[in-house]
Amino acid sequence: MTTMVEARGVTKSYGSVPVLRGVDLTVSQGEVTCLIGPSGSGKSTFLRCINHLEKHDAGELLVEGHLVGYQLHNGKLYESSDKQICAARANIGMVFQRFNLFQHLTVLENLTIGQMKVKGVKEDDAKKRARVLLARVGLESREKNYPAQLSGGQQQRVAIARALAMEPRLMLFDEPTSALDPELVGEVLDVMRDLATSGMTMIVVTHEMGFAREVANTVYFLDQGVIEESGPPADVLGSPRSGRLRSFLSKVL
Amino acid sequence: MSKEEHSGLEVVPVRHVGRWAGAVVVLIAIAMVIHTLFSRIPTGLSVCVTTAGKHVCHATTKWRFQWNVVGQWLFSSEVLHGILLTLELTAAAMAIGIVLGVIIAILRLSGNRLLSGPAWVYTWFFRGTPVYVQIFFWFEVGLLYPRLTLGLPFLPVTFVSAPSTVITGIIAAILGLGLNEAAYMAEIARAGIISVDEGQVEAATSLGMTKRQALRLVVLPQAMRVIVPPTGNEVISMLKTTSLAASIGVLELFGRAQNIYASNYQIIGLIITASLWYLFLTTVLSIGQFYLERRFARGALRTQPMTPIQRLRHDLKIVRGYTRHAPVTR
Repeated sequence: MTTMVEARGVTKSYGSVPVLRGVDLTVSQGEVTCLIGPSGSGKSTFLRCINHLEKHDAGELLVEGHLVGYQLHNGKLYESSDKQICAARANIGMVFQRFNLFQHLTVLENLTIGQMKVKGVKEDDAKKRARVLLARVGLESREKNYPAQLSGGQQQRVAIARALAMEPRLMLFDEPTSALDPELVGEVLDVMRDLATSGMTMIVVTHEMGFAREVANTVYFLDQGVIEESGPPADVLGSPRSGRLRSFLSKVL
Repeated sequence: MSKEEHSGLEVVPVRHVGRWAGAVVVLIAIAMVIHTLFSRIPTGLSVCVTTAGKHVCHATTKWRFQWNVVGQWLFSSEVLHGILLTLELTAAAMAIGIVLGVIIAILRLSGNRLLSGPAWVYTWFFRGTPVYVQIFFWFEVGLLYPRLTLGLPFLPVTFVSAPSTVITGIIAAILGLGLNEAAYMAEIARAGIISVDEGQVEAATSLGMTKRQALRLVVLPQAMRVIVPPTGNEVISMLKTTSLAASIGVLELFGRAQNIYASNYQIIGLIITASLWYLFLTTVLSIGQFYLERRFARGALRTQPMTPIQRLRHDLKIVRGYTRHAPVTR
């Protein structure tokens, strides 16, 4: 299997506060990886480093074999230009905790704007693809609505469809169900489960242990900026070795 | 509570004595205003008529507020030309103000101190000195630079050069009003831009948009909801502020009025003529502002507020009994 994401000793600090203290992680193509851990453990920061929303300080971070944020030439690292970073990001879909749908655009326009403005897709083709994706997340009847007119669960499903519209090869989910009312969590997890089944490579920061157990190929437990434990969900969630993971699981389960 | 719940007893409402007294005072004040607006005063002249050997004299009167002068000049071509220039000055100054203001706001929000610093200084300077003084400065700029030259900085290369007389009163007024306005618009635009949630930019960039695209396609359209209402106020304010240009001899609405009363001494009548036009124009602009705000509120509210016309239709339908208990959204 080809490697999609590879991290070696990734570090990051905010000022003098270290957030990531050497994260090592490998994600193969078609795999679902869940990052779990207490808040402030660096899960979201690490996820945001992968599409360069945050800049990591040191270590190597590769997506599809390319360094994130740098180009290697003749033994020197050149910082990527904005254009190169944007091109790389277009291949990585991201879903946020607070949906971040474009409030001034309709559901359909939310799905077409990236295709048209970033990839130069023609309007008709962009709409066609958008409608297919809306049907896939069960919201084909809502294309004319504005985000504020939808429930949280519906907004998050639109946000997933918006990311998919760019035909990404990797999807990042940053606590996609944490801002939802409990009864709306299921509909979003259903969409994500369906996406995992279709073979999408996914990295999911989540507190939904049930989802991790059922869908993930690998679970990583982050604590204080390092990977404390990793492996198949049955091992990590079923028989935790470290005391920290045991105490974390006893709080969230 | 309805009367039935009081088991048939009569309910005596609270009497608001203070409210009644206040209403009486206001009514008297309104009566006084109307009375003085339409009162007549003696002219000091008498008209005498001799009919059938009888000599009768009447003291003549005239409108205290010179309504006859207002009627005479309200639609005169002089005044209408003044209005045209007032509108042109407003449009030109606001165009400079908005474009320059947004640019300054974006510079101000830049992470680079060399960009944000001068943007701050600009706002500080132009907001800190009176616009009246600024208009005079641009009118007299020829004292500072007798020739205006466009070329390469510090090099003997000149593209265009002209005597400073090209700065006419109108140009000076547009410069003074526009550059001053840019300082205020910069603050309004900045407030609008920072009101947009940071997550919107993150979502835009995660789709692969450049910072510039995110600003243009995602941030600015949403900032407009916050920017438009105060900008409407600025336009209305600008329409009135253009009257300062009269002081440097620009014949906009108030300048025309001054010109006319300088020769016929009907000062009050012409001031009222100009005021009525300013009132009419600001009213029209306010109506335009309502519809513009509505347009940019798209997506921010679950239901759009009704326009006055829609509300009227809706109310009429209820009166006619077509719809009952239909929800009115405000």
